[in-house]
Amino acid sequence: MSTQAPAPDQMSLSTSALLPTPAAAPDQTSAPAFAFAQVAMSASSHVPAHAAASPGGRVFPALTGARPAWRRRFANRFAAIVAAAGCLAALIPLGFLLAAVVSRGAARFDLAFITQTMRGVIGAGGGALHAIVGTVFITAATICFSVPLGLAAAIYLVEYGRGKLARTVTFLVDVMTGIPSIVAGLFAYALLSLLLGPGVRSGLAGALALSLLMTPVVIRASEEMLRLVPDDLREAACALGVGKHRVITQVILPTALSGLVSAVMLGVARIVGETAPLLLVAGFTDSMNLNLADGRMATLPVYIYSQWQNKGLDAAAYDNRAWTAALLLIGFVLILNLLARLAGRLFAPGAKRHARAS
Amino acid sequence: MSELAITGFSASYGSFRAVADVGLTIAARAVTAFIGPSGCGKSTLLRSINRLHETVPGATVSGTVTLGGEDLYGRAVDPVEVRRRVGMVFQRPNPFPGLSIRDNVLAGVKLRRHRLAKAAADNLVEVSLRAANLWDEVKDRLGKSGTSLSGGQQQRLCIARAIAVEPAVLLMDEPCSALDPLSTLAIEDLMASLRQDYTVVIVTHNMQQAARISDATAFFSTDGPRQPGRLIEYGPTTTIFSRPAEQATADYIAGRFG
Ligand SMILES: Nc1ncnc2c1ncn2[C@@H]1O[C@H](COP(=O)(O)OP(=O)(O)OP(=O)(O)O)[C@@H](O)[C@H]1O
Ligand SMILES: [Mg+2]
Repeated sequence: MSTQAPAPDQMSLSTSALLPTPAAAPDQTSAPAFAFAQVAMSASSHVPAHAAASPGGRVFPALTGARPAWRRRFANRFAAIVAAAGCLAALIPLGFLLAAVVSRGAARFDLAFITQTMRGVIGAGGGALHAIVGTVFITAATICFSVPLGLAAAIYLVEYGRGKLARTVTFLVDVMTGIPSIVAGLFAYALLSLLLGPGVRSGLAGALALSLLMTPVVIRASEEMLRLVPDDLREAACALGVGKHRVITQVILPTALSGLVSAVMLGVARIVGETAPLLLVAGFTDSMNLNLADGRMATLPVYIYSQWQNKGLDAAAYDNRAWTAALLLIGFVLILNLLARLAGRLFAPGAKRHARAS
Repeated sequence: MSELAITGFSASYGSFRAVADVGLTIAARAVTAFIGPSGCGKSTLLRSINRLHETVPGATVSGTVTLGGEDLYGRAVDPVEVRRRVGMVFQRPNPFPGLSIRDNVLAGVKLRRHRLAKAAADNLVEVSLRAANLWDEVKDRLGKSGTSLSGGQQQRLCIARAIAVEPAVLLMDEPCSALDPLSTLAIEDLMASLRQDYTVVIVTHNMQQAARISDATAFFSTDGPRQPGRLIEYGPTTTIFSRPAEQATADYIAGRFG
């Protein structure tokens, strides 16, 4: 089979025959040189014969007029239009949503909103500082739980996992990805009730519930990213006599870093707008709480919900606050995304090279 | 002292035996070529010498490989330690992307957490790159990315990287098959000088290359597809190429099969 297949091999054989042969003594190669000449000749006589046979043996249709070109052109156009329409259809609601949030959120988009809490506020005024702080705290705590856990699991699955255990873990992770967020909230609630007594609420409990939702997303996404690291690199490092854990921490993780950052962002995007579990275990409060471990802690999604749900006399003021909080939440996700992209670009291997090229 | 002795050696992927019952002694400070048709287990055997074979899930081996009398598959032997003594160069050049030429050469040392003074590092980079015949081409751009080099230069960079950790043995799996004739020539020249310090084992499909650069040649073959590879004939390169004892060897060298 390979007497005909690797034509390039034989070509290089015949070309290198023209080059000086430094390491070979003449008497050493005289006998095989004859054999090489044979190989080279059979290669060169083989190729033209084959090339001549093809045009003669097969009849090609004329290039013009043979097939109705307009039909293909029409099909191409049609497919392009359908794809573009689908894209537009997906973007239109998004555009309306953004426009609505921005226009309605603008009314209370002021300094007071991000510097004041709702403590003692009835009717107009007040702000969402406590909810912003709560969202930042709880998101940060969730990241602290989920990222090490998720990364460790992903590294296990890609670098160590073999056989039944790895398959079981993968299956469980897939199941966990589908957990409804309220179930995660109930789990955290039940766990805390058992440990600390019923009705305990805290930001940390909220973070625990959210970690349950975020971890599987981080595992799956980082697993994909780690699998993208070429095996060549693993083998190259391994063959240099580098221990496995050093290969992982020094070669694989840095190579996958920008992808891992996106994986974490996917996870954050999954949880940052979660309302139900937080309503259940972190609760709601009108005032600032800087202690994650103790007491109710407001977050932006819960703030939006409660403003809309429990309108006081000046209903418009509550509505406006809800819209502005929604705007801030979208802004928060946007900023996190930009930061993550920046981080990914800064830390990616070859970052310097790219920077120079662009 | 860094002679490799392989005895009664078999290697499998799961239940498939890729190499069966190979025995040969590879001389120190010489170039030994492995030749044979595709799929006869040359790479598998080569990767068994630095214990890279066992990193494949399900891969197993039996038999012994000794380096200078020490059993590489001994009970107390750390495979990572084996790979420090037995370096490897792969078919496709695989410098670490994102590392500079300098850092690629130093990768093996640095990844093992060895601290190097700058002067020592500079010296190691120069010595390794000179040994790999690459120094003159890259000395002005050591800070550039390793992947910015041509394929042939990348392969020599990989050789420099392997040399920098001072192994006793250098395994090369078709190191020239992705290269143009001139780069191939550069690497063949390099191997002629490497044999003074290293035990070199090279897998090649290029008969002329094997004849040019090797002192001894081992010919492997299989009885058919999905059959284990066996050592058919092993001896001084001159003998294998001019007066092979086996008809299969003569046929393969003459290009009649494989
Ligand atoms: N990772 C693997 N898993 C299962 N089987 C494998 C694996 N790698 C190689 N094999 C099988 O082992 C046999 C020997 O493969 P090997 O790569 O050692 O051949 P080779 O002589 O190096 O071939 P080539 O000249 O094409 O590189 C082949 O039949 C191949 O299909
Ligand atoms: Mg091979």
